[in-house]
Amino acid sequence: MKFTIIAESNGDLLHPTTYQLIGAIANLGAESTVICPNGKGSLEASKINGVEKVISVNGDCFDSFDGSAWASAINSVCEGTVIISASPKGREIGSMIAAKRKIPIIQDVTAIASGIVVNRPIYSGKATETLKIEGEAVITLRPNAFENAELGNEAPISIVDQTSDLRVAIIEAINKASERLDVTEADVIISGGRGMGSIDNFSHLESIADSLGAAVGASRAVVDEWGMPHRMQVGQTGKTVSPSLYIAVGISGAIQHLAGMRSSKYIVAINKDPDAPIFTIADYGIVASWEEALPILKSELMKL
Amino acid sequence: MNIAVLLKQVPDTTAKITVSNGKVDENSVSKWSMSPYDEYALESGLQMKEATGGILIAIACGPERNKKMLTDAAAVGVDTLIHISADGNFDSTQVQNFLAAAIKNNGVNVVLCGKQAADTNSGSTGPGVAEILDAACVTMVSEVSFVENKFISVRPSISGTEKVSTNGMSVFTFDKGVSELRRPNVRGIMMAKKKVIETIKPEELGLKEEDSERIILQAQNSPPEKEPGQIFEGVGEIPTIISKLRNEANVI
Repeated sequence: MKFTIIAESNGDLLHPTTYQLIGAIANLGAESTVICPNGKGSLEASKINGVEKVISVNGDCFDSFDGSAWASAINSVCEGTVIISASPKGREIGSMIAAKRKIPIIQDVTAIASGIVVNRPIYSGKATETLKIEGEAVITLRPNAFENAELGNEAPISIVDQTSDLRVAIIEAINKASERLDVTEADVIISGGRGMGSIDNFSHLESIADSLGAAVGASRAVVDEWGMPHRMQVGQTGKTVSPSLYIAVGISGAIQHLAGMRSSKYIVAINKDPDAPIFTIADYGIVASWEEALPILKSELMKL
Repeated sequence: MNIAVLLKQVPDTTAKITVSNGKVDENSVSKWSMSPYDEYALESGLQMKEATGGILIAIACGPERNKKMLTDAAAVGVDTLIHISADGNFDSTQVQNFLAAAIKNNGVNVVLCGKQAADTNSGSTGPGVAEILDAACVTMVSEVSFVENKFISVRPSISGTEKVSTNGMSVFTFDKGVSELRRPNVRGIMMAKKKVIETIKPEELGLKEEDSERIILQAQNSPPEKEPGQIFEGVGEIPTIISKLRNEANVI
């Protein structure tokens, strides 16, 4: 079976998830063709074990984002089963490639075995399902669910010039001052809920986040009631995250919040209510108010 | 202008999902609701209808219970209700074909839907439908308007947000929007009860079900149980926890 992996880049480098896509397919004992849109990261990709060849698809359409144009250009060199990250762009491009190729798409896969049999969370993690795929498909893989492939290869790189008409024109960029890491990108997340008392108290979470290089998240309650940005919201109607460490402060743990973060590797919960549902999924629970706990947490982290 | 909004009925996000015999038990779902992001698409559709004097068409694909959701949509101002009565296991590509056929049959100029549904969380429908219709597609938008024969939408970018324009047939998938969602008034609810729902079978859309076996469901399960954690009263154990996270778990 042939596998085509569509690389995702971060500036001129590969996005770390690309190593995971390649690793997931290498674990099936298969080699893959890696497509690098506009050549971004193609040299880097050629050095990753498990890569048979790299195709750099170069075209003007990659200068701005129009999923449909990207999918057209990329699809021209896709073969077999197509693997792409379950990032927002990956999901969009993957859906379009599936529609073009008239094959099914399975999104947000967290485990893949030969066969091909995949596992994926459904209902935002309230359940999982195992699917067997007959024939070719597009499969998007959840970021951080797979081991990285290692460097040590020298695969050939070919260049294909292929562009497509852009139908989405950017007319104005609106920059936001937010320098803070996005919750979906972060390896450590510290989130606050209604128990934080007010939006002003999130500064305490931010200062701990800064010392850890962590992202700050929020529960739905504080996004809806205090007007925190929706991009911070973790849960079924916000972001689904699976960081190495998730620290929940003043979050009771409504079912829809748990759905968005239960796959975190380690969960620490701080809440003054010993019966808060968040404690049922926490690895470490601290029954205390945030006012008591955060200063100690911070000073301990500073000692590291 | 004919505006279509694609609505999906899903278990309410507060509902518990139970699994029995390797399958999610839909009968035990306590409440079915319109998928949350679809609500923002609907609100935007209502605003576009008011601004352009157009017709708003709601299309839902799924079992009989979807009719309740369509009636709810009529109560806030949807003009035409279309129910594709597809009760069974259809893969994403098939559902996209059903929806695209219904969209074509109704002379639609613009399609609005949620960025992903709260049950599958996939986000395949909008881009897939756009591809089948050969339409422009913008995903994760927070607002859309129709200005001087162009659709202007706002989507996230690496550095914040960006305003983009598309011409002609366009599909927009909604993230959380900027507008408050409207609630129906009594008059709307009474009018909606009389509204006719046009029901179409997938076969009537000229579609075959021949590919239904490309994805075989082997099992659905409850998420793996976590081993119970350690809960400490008070803040005394924080140094120990930090040390364990640092030295045993290696996560900080």
